[in-house]
Amino acid sequence: MEFSRRETIALGLGAAAMTMLPIRAFAEATADEIVADFTGGASMSDGGVTLTTPEIAENGNTVPIAVDAPGAVSVMIVATGNPTPKVAVFNFGELAASQSASTRIRLAGTQDVLAIAKMADGSFLRASSTVKVTIGGCGG
Amino acid sequence: MISRRDFMQVSMAASALVGASGFGNWARLAAQQRLTQDQLLEFDTYGNVSLIHITDIHGQLNPIYFREPSINLGIGAAKGQMPHVTGADFRKAYGIADGSPSAYALTYDDFSSLAQAYGRVGGLDRMSTVINSIRAERPDALLLDGGDTWHGSYTCLKTEGQDMVNVMNALKPDAMTFHWEFTLGSDRVAEIVEGLPFAALGQNIFDAEWDEPAELFKPYKFFERGGVKIAVIGQAFPYMPIANPGWMFPEYSFGIRDENMQKMVNEVRAAGAELVVCLSHNGFDVDKKMASRVTGLDVILSGHTHDALPEPVLVGQTIIVASGSNGKFVSRVDLDVRDGKMMGFRHKLIPMFADVIAPDPVVTKLINEQREPYKTDLSEVIGQAGSLLYRRGNFNGTWDDLICDALISEREADIALSPGVRWGPSVLPGQDITREDIYGVTSMTYGKAYRSEMTGEFIQVILEDVADNLFNPDPYYQQGGDMVRTGGLGYRIDITKPQGSRITELTLLKTGELLDPAKTYVVAGWASVNEGTEGPEIWDVVEDHIRKQGTVTINPNNSVKVIGA
Repeated sequence: MEFSRRETIALGLGAAAMTMLPIRAFAEATADEIVADFTGGASMSDGGVTLTTPEIAENGNTVPIAVDAPGAVSVMIVATGNPTPKVAVFNFGELAASQSASTRIRLAGTQDVLAIAKMADGSFLRASSTVKVTIGGCGG
Repeated sequence: MISRRDFMQVSMAASALVGASGFGNWARLAAQQRLTQDQLLEFDTYGNVSLIHITDIHGQLNPIYFREPSINLGIGAAKGQMPHVTGADFRKAYGIADGSPSAYALTYDDFSSLAQAYGRVGGLDRMSTVINSIRAERPDALLLDGGDTWHGSYTCLKTEGQDMVNVMNALKPDAMTFHWEFTLGSDRVAEIVEGLPFAALGQNIFDAEWDEPAELFKPYKFFERGGVKIAVIGQAFPYMPIANPGWMFPEYSFGIRDENMQKMVNEVRAAGAELVVCLSHNGFDVDKKMASRVTGLDVILSGHTHDALPEPVLVGQTIIVASGSNGKFVSRVDLDVRDGKMMGFRHKLIPMFADVIAPDPVVTKLINEQREPYKTDLSEVIGQAGSLLYRRGNFNGTWDDLICDALISEREADIALSPGVRWGPSVLPGQDITREDIYGVTSMTYGKAYRSEMTGEFIQVILEDVADNLFNPDPYYQQGGDMVRTGGLGYRIDITKPQGSRITELTLLKTGELLDPAKTYVVAGWASVNEGTEGPEIWDVVEDHIRKQGTVTINPNNSVKVIGA
């Protein structure tokens, strides 16, 4: 789920090398495109999926998140402010006892984290949560 | 100025500090009375359950002076709402007469002169008297400590919290939650907590590695009082590893975790709890939001932001009680619980006037025993206060102005930064400044005064970051401290703007020039949350500075321009 510093730098270089190409050439250019890819452009409704994140990250390098989407066949997690926004896709088979998952992710800074659930009937549900990454200090 | 003798005769809306099962009775209750201990403690016992709330004592064993803030801004929905009301507006809201004991206890105006008349507040020996008197009326009253207890003084630092533990144990609390305690380090916290004769609670204290509830701290505890099954759920300060050095307690993770709070409420209700009390160190606005999101909490005893409110604030069916700081107040909440429901309450915020409330000699002796080994160091006079030294206020206070002056001159810096903490007693003009006074506003386990170089751009980033911890319109993103105090640096802040655009016109005061984002400045500060910070201890820096000054007079600080208040 995490990408290493080295991978980040590699991605950064890749991005620099590819700047001559049309923006569409980026597979992971923006969070919006990643979401559109997942949903096929279908509209999403809020609710029905629970995304649990800390409000303020204790450590931006390892932020615990959990998603619970009863009835989902697949859930995608997107960190909208990361250089590589696509974090994970959880697929749930028919025998899955519950459609929930938890993991830890790295966040580059304060940003919205999205959970998009694809339901069995092909509809999409969405939940969003702002996670603040702060310098800290000065607690009363 | 009012003399001490007049003080005893002074008209006081003593009953005006009594709330009831309804709000807004202040003006009617403002009868003119003499101030006596009996009146301070006067309470028409009500219902079948009594809660006694104390919080944020910050190591203050003995009576102190404590000036409340003149500026305590609310943002978003909290704007102009309690507790974000100060001074004359606060007195008006609660029908408190100017110059009255309540005005002295709860507001900032004329503090130095009222302090001469009304004297010191707090002291755990006085607190014991109040608690004993409540227990005389209701022997099974619950005593609940909201935390920030084992921190904040010379003796507390030297004994690693043992002085407070020893004295608090004599008061016999039933449960406690935590914040600054963790800055003693997780080993020391474990050592104390394992021997505590009462419950150490925090539903949001988790094991950092496994993201599961920490074993040492229970989420809640049941009590059977007055025939009522009561659940007390603890809520520790949510942002400990962020606001304080997480490396001192790496085993623990916190957070608000209101989904887990709801789970705990459901669990205790299912187990038969008729009254659910949250002992919280969230801070007031976070508690208000939590009360709106978690159902089934009857009472939130609120700590952390050091607010003292003469009446509870009602959010839905939940009452939120705020009991001040530094030992200045004790809250008594009587509840009528019948058929598994809270039917009504009666509340009193008891101001701890140290000259009115008789000390409990047993506890006085115990306090003196804790202080005895350090007596000479504590009482050494370092200088004199030429003007009032206080801390509270969103942007600055004279204590921090003094600390910043000390950092700039002793550490040869352009700019000084002092953390926006809310603890620390006041020193009146004309008073000696003792070593104990200096530790009262600086003591901590990470007090090294660093000296480093920062670009103008980075200084701006720091100020924006801290400002968002205070002025983010969503309370869940606030950490409950005040703005970082700046010395040698002025700025303009628009509190209504989002992070990144609140702070403008950063000005280096010694030249009057705007800060150059690319230029490097020498910055001295203290209380860094980073491991391995180097430098002398801040209390030594401040002591050296005060010694050179002799008498310290702090001029009004107008270096921060506030917009959108």
